[in-house]
Amino acid sequence: MSHLALKDHLREGRLFRGRVLAAAAFVVLLLGLVMLRLLKLQILDHQHFTTLSQDNRVKIEPIPPTRGLIYDRNGVILAQNLPSHSLEIIPERVRDMDQTIGELRQLIEISDADIKRFQRLRAQRRRFDSIPIRVRLNEQEVARFSVNRHRFPGVEIQAKLLRDYPLGDKTSHVIGYVGRINPREAARIDASNYSATSHIGKTGVEKSYEERLHGKVGFRQVEVNVLGRAISTLESQPPVPGDDLYLTIDARLQATIIDAFGEENGAAAAIDPATGEVLALVSKPGFDTNLFVEGISPGNYKALQQSPDKPLFNRAMRGQYPPGSTIKPFIGLAGLEYGATTPGKRIHCTGSYSLPNSSHRYRDWKKTGHGHVDLTDAITQSCDVYYYDLANRLGVDRLHEFLDHFRFGRRTGIDITGELGGLLPSREWKRRTRNESWYPGETLIMGIGQCYVLTTPLQLASATATLAMGGRHNRPHVLSAVRGPLQEQPEKLTPTPPEQLPVQTQKNWHNIVFAMSQVIEGLRGTAKRIRSDDYRIAGKTGTAQVFTVKQDEEYDEETIDKRMRDHALFIAFAPVEKPRIAVAVVVENGGHGGSVAAPIARRIMDQYLLGEPR
Amino acid sequence: MNLPHQRSGLRESNPAKAHGLLAGLHLDLPLLTGVILLCGFGLVVLFSASNQDLGQIQRQLVRLGLAFGFMITLAQIRPDTLRRWSPWLFAAALLMLAAVLAVGAIGKGAQRWLDLGLFRFQPSELMKIAMPMMIAGFLAEKRLPPSWQRLGTAGLMIAVPVVMIARQPDLGTSLLVASAGIFVLFLAGLSWRFIGGMLLTAIPSAWVLWRWGMHDYQRDRVITFLNPESDPLGTGYHIIQSKIAIGSGGLYGKGWLNGTQSHLEFLPERTTDFIFAVLSEEFGFAGVALLIVLYLFIILRGLYIAANAQDTYGRLLGGALTLVFFVYLFVNTGMVSGILPVVGVPLPLISYGGTSLVTIMAGFGILMSIQTHRKLLPT
Repeated sequence: MSHLALKDHLREGRLFRGRVLAAAAFVVLLLGLVMLRLLKLQILDHQHFTTLSQDNRVKIEPIPPTRGLIYDRNGVILAQNLPSHSLEIIPERVRDMDQTIGELRQLIEISDADIKRFQRLRAQRRRFDSIPIRVRLNEQEVARFSVNRHRFPGVEIQAKLLRDYPLGDKTSHVIGYVGRINPREAARIDASNYSATSHIGKTGVEKSYEERLHGKVGFRQVEVNVLGRAISTLESQPPVPGDDLYLTIDARLQATIIDAFGEENGAAAAIDPATGEVLALVSKPGFDTNLFVEGISPGNYKALQQSPDKPLFNRAMRGQYPPGSTIKPFIGLAGLEYGATTPGKRIHCTGSYSLPNSSHRYRDWKKTGHGHVDLTDAITQSCDVYYYDLANRLGVDRLHEFLDHFRFGRRTGIDITGELGGLLPSREWKRRTRNESWYPGETLIMGIGQCYVLTTPLQLASATATLAMGGRHNRPHVLSAVRGPLQEQPEKLTPTPPEQLPVQTQKNWHNIVFAMSQVIEGLRGTAKRIRSDDYRIAGKTGTAQVFTVKQDEEYDEETIDKRMRDHALFIAFAPVEKPRIAVAVVVENGGHGGSVAAPIARRIMDQYLLGEPR
Repeated sequence: MNLPHQRSGLRESNPAKAHGLLAGLHLDLPLLTGVILLCGFGLVVLFSASNQDLGQIQRQLVRLGLAFGFMITLAQIRPDTLRRWSPWLFAAALLMLAAVLAVGAIGKGAQRWLDLGLFRFQPSELMKIAMPMMIAGFLAEKRLPPSWQRLGTAGLMIAVPVVMIARQPDLGTSLLVASAGIFVLFLAGLSWRFIGGMLLTAIPSAWVLWRWGMHDYQRDRVITFLNPESDPLGTGYHIIQSKIAIGSGGLYGKGWLNGTQSHLEFLPERTTDFIFAVLSEEFGFAGVALLIVLYLFIILRGLYIAANAQDTYGRLLGGALTLVFFVYLFVNTGMVSGILPVVGVPLPLISYGGTSLVTIMAGFGILMSIQTHRKLLPT
């Protein structure tokens, strides 16, 4: 470094330090200006601004819309809003909290848990907020407090509307329930429209049609004082209530089904085949949805959650069961459509079936065999050997293709969220999920509705409805009409147009329907006990294995634990000539379809077609 | 530079041994302490301003973590390296600003973001750092004070991006970017006579700006700034409400979580641009004084680092970054207390939001790098 450069360097340093000092002075000066300004606002003009802040001010308050009501097909109310009173305290306005609570307890029952919750909320909220200490006051309690109200400044009764389900556990899964909005939901919804709403649909119709049911928030411009208390209303825009929904569900039918199940668990679905209207959708056991509205207590929730009967589980839409023999009419139809069998072709059933070059015996449920059987006999008596043979002739690819037309293995698309699609296996599916090739033996078992095949009761009912209509498929749905807040009459929704399955010969379908009617009317029909004098039924029994019987072992109902017993299934539609109802019934661990599930189906059809239980 | 034979006559001036881990990470303890205290205070105020929304606190914590990461990363990079990067960073920021304008022209609307697929990026934020780096690097090439010719070139370098950002339109950011460049010029020894002359021509040019250079909403803001009471339910509402909040706070405030103006939702933007009003209402003049003292400490430490930097580049850059931080503070507090127009500048390190937070902390990272990467100097 030269001498000159060093001198330059020093000069630069001096210059820079001068500038930094100037900048620092500038900073201090301007921040001093800000401080002077704040001194004026906060100290000199403090009184003026305190007055302004305490002055009445205009505030915009959202008003919650009234949630739409839900009716059944006959106008029976399924979900409504009832006024509920709660006792609330504004801490700031209470001089001695302990004394006030003590005196309140002499008037109204307030439990220690209530007080604990109150103290917790009090710590979280501001002292001028109104905090509930007791919810759901009854009329006497409201009256008792009202008389003594002058003794309790800062304590008030607040009224709000709470969702109520009059039928409780009879419609638990299909209607669902509302609950407090959780953070995940809060992130999804339109914050402004929900600014006054505390509850949101959590399951069932309440969730699926949340948008229609909710309505539109209203606003009120109010003058408030510094505590946020409304002094007067300046302007308001009333909320728009949610739409009332009219469902296709028949409340009486729901009740009949629950009654018909008795002590058993399971699920049933009933559909009007001509329209796809879901008449009933029951999962048993149910639960009282009213428990969830104001937040379910941990004890109650634990009981529901841990019950071995799984009441919270919606078996009708999410329970996936092997269809067992109820799949046989569909496979028989596949056989006719593909020409793999004819109505007159007979098979000799000896009680078991073996593939060529294999010693493995595929057993019939009847050890002694059914002898010579044709298609009708095979459905009427539910001969397994006939279907082993037919499935073998059709092959897995054609089975998959045909059953897929009936939407097995796919969601029905019902307008309630959370439906599961079951499972319809195929070569491709097995390679994808298990990385294994398809075995010929599996095709045989698929022919009797076991071997990976899984269906929901709703799916079975929907497929039965399609079968009853000769291949015309209507998408199952529960919403039939909607009444907007300004409408006098509910407005019918236009249904989705039906879809026609590819049908080769109409006569094939008649053959299957005839065979299914023989299940009830034939001398050896597996469901002959439910024969009715008032109308003709076509149906099919089924038994789904829960427990696999080993080769050369006996299945003995008496010695097996109840939970390992077979599921009993029954599908049916009636009247045969002009079907008005199609049902599917699954009785968990019920044993035989004919003896347990079929009588339940009969009661459903009686109730719907004749209007009274048998 | 670091030839072996020179080493005997040199001394190690990096106080590495004194502060151990902190110096090993190239962090400056006084600056770090000030920043952490301020961020902590900010979270306390944000908790109240957000109506005790823990989710918002969590999100702000994540952003703070990211911003601290940026600061620590930048503190590791030697000032010489930063200086070499300066022109490239500036060119990249300029290109992206052009891209934003192009996209905005196609989309017909206010456009500040560049969508990079994975995340959205605001090039004007990068410019807040790239601008002082570029001008400092440019002026440090030659002797100071700079010649008129070099001043003119630097002025052009400042004007182009500032105009581009102002056209987005983002008045607050363009102001900050412009001040970043001008502060470098000032620190480099722009003559006082020139500064005085500029101030004198500011008045007619302000009129020109008013007449042709402003959007209607900006003009509205100036009008309501001069007389907020003229439009109490429209644009003046912000200022009136925030003045009431500040004034009613008094000497000791209404207490944490008890601000009625803030919690009865009279105060708009109370977690972002107007959070200073929440603080003033709940903690009063005493709380504001504490806040200003903390800020002043950080600013003076920044200026101290700049004054003691070893080369011109470090001095100019460090000083300018510190002064930009001050501009944030002054413009925000001035706007919220009603002595400056509303120009959408957040309260640094306290307002809710991530973009400016990262830039500010990056600036502190550079300051720490200047302080801790010291060359070995002759005794």
